[in-house]
Amino acid sequence: MNDVTAAASVPPSRSPLPMATHAASYMEPPAKVTAHGLNFYYNDHHALKNINLTLGTNRVTAFIGPSGCGKSTLLRTFNRMYDLYPGQRATGQLMLDQTNILDPKLDLNLLRARVGMVFQKPTPFPMTIYENIAFGIRLYEKISRSEMDGRVEKALRSGALWNEVKDKLNASGLSLSGGQQQRLCIARTVAVRPEVILFDEPCSALDPISTAKIEELIQELAENYTIAIVTHNMQQAARVSDKTAFMYLGELIEFDDTNKIFTAPNDRRTQDYITGRFG
Amino acid sequence: MNPTYARRRRKDIIVRWLCVGAAGFGVTWLALILLTLLFNGVKGLNLEVFTQNTPPPGANEGGLLNAITGSIIMTAIGVGVGAPLGLFAGTYLAEYGRNDRLTSVIRFINDILLSAPSIIIGLFVYGIVVVPMRSFSALAGSLALAVIVIPVVLRTTEDMLSLVPNPLREAASALGLPRSLVIRRIAYRAARSGLITGMLLATARVAGETAPLLFTALSDQFFSLNLTKTMANLPVTINNFVQSPYVYWKQLAWTGALIITFAVLALNIGARILGAERTAK
Repeated sequence: MNDVTAAASVPPSRSPLPMATHAASYMEPPAKVTAHGLNFYYNDHHALKNINLTLGTNRVTAFIGPSGCGKSTLLRTFNRMYDLYPGQRATGQLMLDQTNILDPKLDLNLLRARVGMVFQKPTPFPMTIYENIAFGIRLYEKISRSEMDGRVEKALRSGALWNEVKDKLNASGLSLSGGQQQRLCIARTVAVRPEVILFDEPCSALDPISTAKIEELIQELAENYTIAIVTHNMQQAARVSDKTAFMYLGELIEFDDTNKIFTAPNDRRTQDYITGRFG
Repeated sequence: MNPTYARRRRKDIIVRWLCVGAAGFGVTWLALILLTLLFNGVKGLNLEVFTQNTPPPGANEGGLLNAITGSIIMTAIGVGVGAPLGLFAGTYLAEYGRNDRLTSVIRFINDILLSAPSIIIGLFVYGIVVVPMRSFSALAGSLALAVIVIPVVLRTTEDMLSLVPNPLREAASALGLPRSLVIRRIAYRAARSGLITGMLLATARVAGETAPLLFTALSDQFFSLNLTKTMANLPVTINNFVQSPYVYWKQLAWTGALIITFAVLALNIGARILGAERTAK
């Protein structure tokens, strides 16, 4: 692999990480999620066409592409979110470790416990900040109040929100600012200890400072979680991800190391998109 | 001034005053009704009203205790039976049956029921309960009120749940919540004040219904807690007393009307406060 030489000439994409970890990121990590010949349909509309890709364990994979290219659709197959709606179906193979995600007999609640999701708009539940976190934990574990306090604190810390809310845990989650709400949602997702976290344009409703905080958070989370992020912001993809997938009209056009995609893409369309010629 | 702009201004002023006039006209009548009611009702308002039963014809003492008690019992049973049914049906329409063809059929039928004259509902319950049981009964009265409550609660439940943003449901599902918990713990919670408001408004609506009780619970002069017999109630008592030649009965009718009106007003204000809490968040 000549990526190692590329690393020397291109600034590292996940700069806050120490160099050693960064160099290690160039060795292929074990696969966490693998799509093979994945197709997706909204009734008759063929929205994803023969997708093949792998999300590396504890890596950040970004999905970019113009609106309607299928990147959010692809993300929503990873936790079978589309199952909530009739007329939406996926074919092909999609594996989470050894589990077949598309298995119709699969327990979706257990799948979603392993694959968490953060949405475009912050979606705090209509309850207190504390309950927003504790609620999800209680679904899977019966623990004592003091243990729960610890878990809530830990989750809020990993959501980089603890210092801002520690004195008002009983305030409504809806009383927080947009950026804080989004970090609350991230904390809530982390609290149930998933293996994969999906981010669907998590910053598109936020101001630049909140965006910076969340990007930083995503990089920290990548130490323990496998992350997939859909974004319309190419700088964001370049800043936070190890690998980038460029999608266009339901096809995966190019999937490679982020540095490679943004400096020397193989495909003409990728080149046109990242240089702003369309999209 | 530019002539087009001047014309627009004139139009604006005319339309504004037309609107103010129309609103004033409506509110004036409402105020007159309330003031007349207050003026005539307060005269008869004393402790006796709440402690004594309705008097026999010609008597000059007595209250409305039996009628108030009967109204509370039948309204409570009516709402107790009708509200859960409406809530469940509304939940089906808004949550489970969103894409079913059955949903639009149910919604259409419910809208018909919602606007059905209450006397028809009274006659319907008369036909299916009073006739077979060979007796007017408080049970039949409660049932008629329940039939009126169902479409009101169903409609508000569906509307309120539809206002809960879908991403919130998706977020709850994404945490691994099964459908039933998403509805109970998240959607109901997000729509809580709206759901309660709907039930309060339904209660206010049936508390003053006369026609459905006229054919079912009938009303009488006695204090009774027996659900299988006729039961005194405020609306029918008011209706009977107001048509009588006795001055004391007429006075009790005014006072009874005042009590119902203010009970309904209190429920509406309660509903408003809950609604305001919702928007404050």
